[in-house]
Amino acid sequence: MPDQESHAGPAWHEIVCATLKANDVRLVTYVPDNVLKPLINAVHADSYFTAFVTTREEEAVGIVAGAWMAGLRGIVLMQTSGFATLANVLASLPVAFQIPVLLMVSERGVLGEFNLGQAMVARTMRPVLDSLAMVNHTITRFDELEFILDRSIKQAAATRAPACFILSPMLTGGKVFKA
Amino acid sequence: MNMMEAPPIGPGNAQVMNRFALTKRLVAKLKDEAVIGGIGNSNFDLWAAGHRPENFYMLGSMGLACPIALGVALAQPKRRVIALEGDGSLLMQVGSLATIAMLKPKNLVIVVLDNRSYQITGGQPTATAAGADLVTMARGAGIAQSAWAADEEMFDEMMARALTQDGPWLIAVRIDDKPGDGATERDPPIITARFMTGIGIKR
Ligand SMILES: Cc1ncc(C[n+]2csc(CCOP(=O)(O)OP(=O)(O)O)c2C)c(N)n1
Repeated sequence: MPDQESHAGPAWHEIVCATLKANDVRLVTYVPDNVLKPLINAVHADSYFTAFVTTREEEAVGIVAGAWMAGLRGIVLMQTSGFATLANVLASLPVAFQIPVLLMVSERGVLGEFNLGQAMVARTMRPVLDSLAMVNHTITRFDELEFILDRSIKQAAATRAPACFILSPMLTGGKVFKA
Repeated sequence: MNMMEAPPIGPGNAQVMNRFALTKRLVAKLKDEAVIGGIGNSNFDLWAAGHRPENFYMLGSMGLACPIALGVALAQPKRRVIALEGDGSLLMQVGSLATIAMLKPKNLVIVVLDNRSYQITGGQPTATAAGADLVTMARGAGIAQSAWAADEEMFDEMMARALTQDGPWLIAVRIDDKPGDGATERDPPIITARFMTGIGIKR
């Protein structure tokens, strides 16, 4: 059973919002994903955050990189297929320039997804992250979400390295094929 | 008989200028403005015009000068931020114009350096050589204050306005096919550290 359904406390997106706030991460840029909808709605509804959509994930990474250098911490939200457009930009901007851009990826194309394109492109994500030696965590459980996010944001800032959080369908519920 | 109105300045009748000469003119007028130099020649000439601590030299992420500048502008609304970007690069990330128009940062100025080619990779023509007009595209995206500079004098006047009145602004210039005047020192972490210190952020 997905962790979401067995969980009585705050929803995953509420934990994410609270942890971003606790770490002064105010800027949220994104290209939408259906599973991320509650988080996107929550950051738009909360005036603490400056949240807006971009036309491409690359653009969103550039904006957050610029903002971080200028003193405003930010995170980019996307789905797996968006991540797949990023190898060049990650290598040449946050990794090369040591800018702690944060990425949060809704993991699509796994655990019962029905879209073959998503399923194929999902396979490229971890090899890209690993070949760039980018810190990344796959989050599957509510009881680990705050800890992983909080510690990793602090580590990213302290070590000047980007970090990527992969939200598993085991956490978010994902999207399932209704036969 | 009425005098004919002067034709509007477009890519067809703007004077063909030189990137390094324009960059030097621009840098000479700056105080504490942040400048983001786009890939290749755009940042090489920014470097060659004389390093300033508020400069960021973008090395590999083609097309991201405007997004990086937007991020800086959002983070520091009291500081003017200038993006220097080539035509090929802007075409690659042209959606960023719509994002900028949506957010309307008052302190953002985009300078488009249109040599109608990917000069640094061998001079292959870009779509602007076939007539794509980046000012028209920017206006269409919603950046109303977008215009071509007819010559160096007009470029100075437009920059003076862009640095004092509310933006966002997009100033396009036609430039020749000369390469950049030298090359930026390629040491990304040092570029980041100097830029952050230059704009008052403890790294
Ligand atoms: C994503 C990506 N594609 C291609 C390249 C290769 N490349 C580097 S600079 C450049 C041309 C840039 O053209 P423009 O912005 O017009 O500047 P110019 O060279 O004319 O000064 C290209 C194609 C690259 N660095 N990154």
